[in-house]
Amino acid sequence: MSVPTQKPVRKLSMKQRYSALTHDLDWPLSYVEEDDAFPYTKFEGIKVHDWSKWEDPFRLTVESYNKYQAEKDRRLYAVLDGFAQSQGQLSLSDASYMNAMKIFLQGIPSGEYQAHRNFAHLARYLNGPGARFASLCQSMDELRHAQTEIHTLSHYNKFFGGMHDWNKMSDRVWYLSVPKSFFDDAGTAGPFEWLIAIGFSFEYLLTNLLFVPFMSGAAFNGDLPTMTFGFSAQSDESRHMTLGLEGIKFMLEQDEDNLPIVQAWLDKWFWRGYRLISLVAGMMDYMLPKRVMSWKEAFELYFEEQMLNGLFKDLAYYGIKPPRDVEWAIQEKEILSHQVYWILYQFSHAAAFTTTVPNAQDQAWLAEAYPETWPIYKSVVWDKAQKVMDEGGRYFNPGLPQLCQVCQIPMGFTEPGDPMTQCQRHSIYEGERYDTCSDGCKWIFEREPEKYVQAWLPVHQIYQGNCGGPTLPDVAVWYGLEPGDGGEYVGSMDQLDWAAWHASTVKEG
Amino acid sequence: MSVEAEPRMVGVDLQENEENRAIVEAVEADNEDLTVRHMPGLIRLTKPGRLVINQASVEQRLGRPWETHEFQLAIVSYFGEIVEWDDDEIVIAWKH
Repeated sequence: MSVPTQKPVRKLSMKQRYSALTHDLDWPLSYVEEDDAFPYTKFEGIKVHDWSKWEDPFRLTVESYNKYQAEKDRRLYAVLDGFAQSQGQLSLSDASYMNAMKIFLQGIPSGEYQAHRNFAHLARYLNGPGARFASLCQSMDELRHAQTEIHTLSHYNKFFGGMHDWNKMSDRVWYLSVPKSFFDDAGTAGPFEWLIAIGFSFEYLLTNLLFVPFMSGAAFNGDLPTMTFGFSAQSDESRHMTLGLEGIKFMLEQDEDNLPIVQAWLDKWFWRGYRLISLVAGMMDYMLPKRVMSWKEAFELYFEEQMLNGLFKDLAYYGIKPPRDVEWAIQEKEILSHQVYWILYQFSHAAAFTTTVPNAQDQAWLAEAYPETWPIYKSVVWDKAQKVMDEGGRYFNPGLPQLCQVCQIPMGFTEPGDPMTQCQRHSIYEGERYDTCSDGCKWIFEREPEKYVQAWLPVHQIYQGNCGGPTLPDVAVWYGLEPGDGGEYVGSMDQLDWAAWHASTVKEG
Repeated sequence: MSVEAEPRMVGVDLQENEENRAIVEAVEADNEDLTVRHMPGLIRLTKPGRLVINQASVEQRLGRPWETHEFQLAIVSYFGEIVEWDDDEIVIAWKH
């Protein structure tokens, strides 16, 4: 095998090109004070002595960024066209698979768009050119992700319920206030906290748990477009992870006084992010007809092995400790998905996805993945739900759940080590009582009560009369829900359509 | 808990496709103690300590010029830190 001999002659090495086209394009300010040009980088208390120390290990320039991003889009859109032309929706594993994608579409693109806006802000307002350019790339990436997610799922919108008003829903529907409030919280923080919240805690610590098992799940369930956009987005995430890691190390290396500030943000945003992606746990274990790995396994692989045994040993050099509530998360890996899916099941009459009792195959898988905890949930919850179904009914919770003041998830979590006792924490602020779902959310509330008392809690808003009217049908209209969007999967429009499409095709042979 | 003296694992997840096979082969050839795990659509390469992707090795197997920036089209995720990304190699390791 011979090595190709003709290579284009380059005048500059990658290192030199990066330096020339990012850092060298910066200029010292002459007629404006630095604090006037960059007014947002002091108030959080982070001390920076030398912005030139911020380097992008990817050494990207505008030219290389555009070249490779264009190629990624070309590849993705070729797949989308092929899938649409070949009626690929017919070869999904099952129509029920779409429920996971509905939650994804309703919850994620608007978050990507918020990330786009905030990184654009950083691209203008961070003092150093290396940090600004990396933020600019990420800002453009996030916009690309929002667009490609919408384009990818728009094909499915022609065939399945729940996807027609994702943008309105992401602003209004109860379970979508979980991701929305997460990004609102991060976006209203200062630029350094944003970097720890999104760049580090979300992108580096947790994003693998969101994307990798999910996209592998898409690959396993015949969802070629989602797999392709997911991997395409994830290839950008590798850069985002790098920006997050560069950001935290930069702060820690610039001044020792930054350590306690960074540690507190890390403690906060680990827990905020972890609670947010608990929705993913429910989807992974209960909503994929064919599963790749359990939430528990993904958590062990992507969080415990890679982060606790890898990253945090590295950060210990700077004095950083693992997040304060990490033990709570570890013990919860056995029960998290059971609890989240049970919440979704009870309230799916007011949602834009459907749920159902796990079938025999699902139950066998759950028993194997969770030998300790599945039998409890089977007997306490699912056998009863099945009995109601067998008698011709369907259990929906007729009330409205109390929501955690911080993560906004209905109070469905339990005390550590005791899966039968509901966990509820209280805090008093200015004479009013506020409730949270865990020690983690309580601690976050009490650090910044003046922020979290302003939370837009969907259940409170319904009771205050701000969501279309006093009855559930009024609220459903205001949410943008249409018949066929939510409720029970068995007998749903999606399931009936799916059966009809496959009955009318030529016999398989 | 693992013994502290052991080098910690680093790794990279790549999309499983025709072009990336050359990269995987190059990484396998250049890194001892590499573990390769296949998942739907993905290949996961892990190794204790330090993982290197050499431009020359990839080019040899692809049979065409390959600039290290192209690795962005292959990578899905990684863990460790990118300690070097240059014209001739990419290195993933922990710094401390």
